[in-house]
Amino acid sequence: MIHTHILVCGGTGCRASQAKEVQEELVSLIRDKHLSQTVQVTTTGCFGFCEKGPIVKIIPDQTFYTQVTPEDARDIIEEHIIKGRKVERLLYEDPKTKKRISDSVHMNFYKKQLRIALRNCGIVDPENIDEYIARDGYQALGRVLSIYSPDEVIDIIKKSGLRGRGGAGFPTGKKWEITSQVEATQKYVVCNADEGDPGAFMDRSILEGDPHAVIEAMAICGYCIGANKGLIYIRAEYPLAIGRLLVAIEQARKYGLLGRGILGNDFEFDIELKYGAGAFVCGEETALINSMEGRRGEPVIKPPFPAEKGYFDCPTNVNNVETFANICPIVLKGAEWFSSIGTEKSKGTKVFALAGKINNVGLIEVPMGTTLREVIFDIGGGIKGGKKFKSVQTGGPSGGCLTESSLDMPIDYETLLEEGSMMGSGGMIVMDEDDCMVAISKFYLEFTLDESCGKCAPCRIGNKRLWEILNKMTKGEATEKDLEKLIDLSHTIKDTSLCGLGQTSPNPILSTFKNFKHEYLGHVRDKQCEAGQCKDLLHYTIDAKMCVGCTACLRNCPVGAISGEKKKPHLIHQDICIKCGICYEKCKFNAILHQS
Amino acid sequence: MTKVKNLEELVKLRNKLKDKIQVRTITEGSDLIARVRVAMGTCGIASGAKETFEALIAEAERLNMKVLITTTGCMGACYAEPTVEVTLPNQDPIVFGEVDRKRAVEIINEYIIKGKLIDGVVPQNHQSI
Ligand SMILES: Cc1cc2nc3c(=O)[nH]c(=O)nc-3n(C[C@H](O)[C@H](O)[C@H](O)COP(=O)(O)O)c2cc1C
Ligand code: SF4
Ligand code: SF4
Ligand code: SF4
Ligand code: FES
Repeated sequence: MIHTHILVCGGTGCRASQAKEVQEELVSLIRDKHLSQTVQVTTTGCFGFCEKGPIVKIIPDQTFYTQVTPEDARDIIEEHIIKGRKVERLLYEDPKTKKRISDSVHMNFYKKQLRIALRNCGIVDPENIDEYIARDGYQALGRVLSIYSPDEVIDIIKKSGLRGRGGAGFPTGKKWEITSQVEATQKYVVCNADEGDPGAFMDRSILEGDPHAVIEAMAICGYCIGANKGLIYIRAEYPLAIGRLLVAIEQARKYGLLGRGILGNDFEFDIELKYGAGAFVCGEETALINSMEGRRGEPVIKPPFPAEKGYFDCPTNVNNVETFANICPIVLKGAEWFSSIGTEKSKGTKVFALAGKINNVGLIEVPMGTTLREVIFDIGGGIKGGKKFKSVQTGGPSGGCLTESSLDMPIDYETLLEEGSMMGSGGMIVMDEDDCMVAISKFYLEFTLDESCGKCAPCRIGNKRLWEILNKMTKGEATEKDLEKLIDLSHTIKDTSLCGLGQTSPNPILSTFKNFKHEYLGHVRDKQCEAGQCKDLLHYTIDAKMCVGCTACLRNCPVGAISGEKKKPHLIHQDICIKCGICYEKCKFNAILHQS
Repeated sequence: MTKVKNLEELVKLRNKLKDKIQVRTITEGSDLIARVRVAMGTCGIASGAKETFEALIAEAERLNMKVLITTTGCMGACYAEPTVEVTLPNQDPIVFGEVDRKRAVEIINEYIIKGKLIDGVVPQNHQSI
């Protein structure tokens, strides 16, 4: 009889840091110590704590071990499993109190989370359908097929208030209803797993950690809209997610949960994968459909919407991975349960990928309406290195940067828009006092430039011009006229681009300009970069009072920009200096200043 | 693998598989009826704490009870090993000494379910954290 479960994270993050080796070591130790009857090792999906991976969790005492190496396996077995003594050094250390936390129940990271879409991630073995079934898997599909009519299910989803998690927040029940009402002999259910936002990995984690949740929901959607075929559009650079999906689909077929006559009902549904090459614009639903048909991944003008004319001109319902992951709990627990979570217009939870200058980098799921402050300071553990919070970017390249004044706003679709950003897919990048907002805008614009499909002029040419202006700013060559042009052009691109990519690409500029206008003016008028990030605006000088004339800087300067005699103050020749910063690092006497 | 023919079969399958995985989601949350800790220091193991641990789990599983059973290091009552600490909601923990298989079953049925104290309570003079 198994009384202790050792869960080893099998997500991409942990796999990259030897989780597999840790697991093999644990298994072999358990065999050697004859513990196989009572202790079981299971691979699970992502715990959301990838930066501190590999994660190993011990059940039932919920011990949460971080950064476990294969060598640590012996202590886990001999000390913890056999003697009941936790391995202190592997426990998570609270960034604020510096105390080791004994289990996940007491970790602030998990305390404020509510896991609906991620309900099985880190709990079940994604490659074992039995574990999914044990956690009420396929009960929703079973109930839907035997008890409800398609309209009744659509009504439940509508009443729940679920909105699309892929970015735009369109009501999911409404979308299903529209697709269900179009008359056609062939319809499709498409799952959008393109996930192109830099820094976002929630969809990947769901597919890796709980693939059946998406498969089951797609089948339910198929029943509702009258489709017998599902397609998952997934980027080829997600090999682990693809592998797990293929295993899951195969297991579901064997159990008769996909295919013909599902659970004894007159309903047929099957799923196929379509691979994307990883272009951001292919996440846009019309480009996605073009790409699946084997054509160029370019958006087309809507309407017609995919619900009317989608994959090979058939009515097609496109939903995001996380949207699907919410469906089964809604069917099982009811629309009221779901709509009791969240805010007035945004129901349920949202998964966010925390990144940037934050202590707990990771994947979290919180009820809508949680404040940014709770997410960044309670769950995220605050800013790294005790620095000052400056801004948080949400919504990826289509979103914006929010400031201190937005920290106490409840997170939901509307509030984020009002504050000048957007929900997007759930990337959340935290910035501190060392980040330059002009440089951040430039970073996002570089991404947009790379990813623009080039079909329409405002996006293709306009964004290039925006980038050039920003580049001039970071070099101290821009004028106030340029700044005016930047804002003007941003509005033009927003108004005239064909698809969502171009329509939102100036958002990072507009929102940082609104919230950090003085930084833009600083770059333009005073040629200064407050955060000290724009290299071209920095000057390295030597403080003659501090300099002892040790010659370290002189010897290390790669271009010979420093002169001076031993034991006498040195001097940097600005016309030669290339601002590499080496002297700054080499000086042991804090005599070198870098300022803008 | 054979096909699952209908919803009824699926429910049966789920019920059969459920217990195996339930323990993974028991936390110190609301619906827990008791927390049990078995001292597994060297002294505890030597006096049979592992058998006690297994007996507790088997009984809790048999009765399908939401009890969180964990191991812990030596609790300092080596003379009375194996010792088992039981905490009922909103009550102070109580430590039972010399818990063998039989007494393990007794603890669950008498103390945890009916709330009746059984013999062999080890006096506590420290706070458990
Ligand atoms: C440039 C661009 C990229 C997009 N990328 C994604 C993506 O990676 N994943 C996604 O689910 N939706 C993406 N979308 C949104 C989709 O077009 C579509 O709205 C969404 O898949 C609908 O699903 P939902 O209603 O469940 O959110 C993108 C939209 C645009 C304009
Ligand atoms: S806005 Fe950009 S990405 Fe969209 S169609 Fe036009 S060029 Fe392509
Ligand atoms: S390294 Fe610092 S102290 Fe030494 S010569 Fe250069 S500036 Fe002066
Ligand atoms: S910044 Fe680099 S180039 Fe300039 S003086 Fe220092 S070491 Fe030389
Ligand atoms: S991949 Fe292991 S915690 Fe995310």
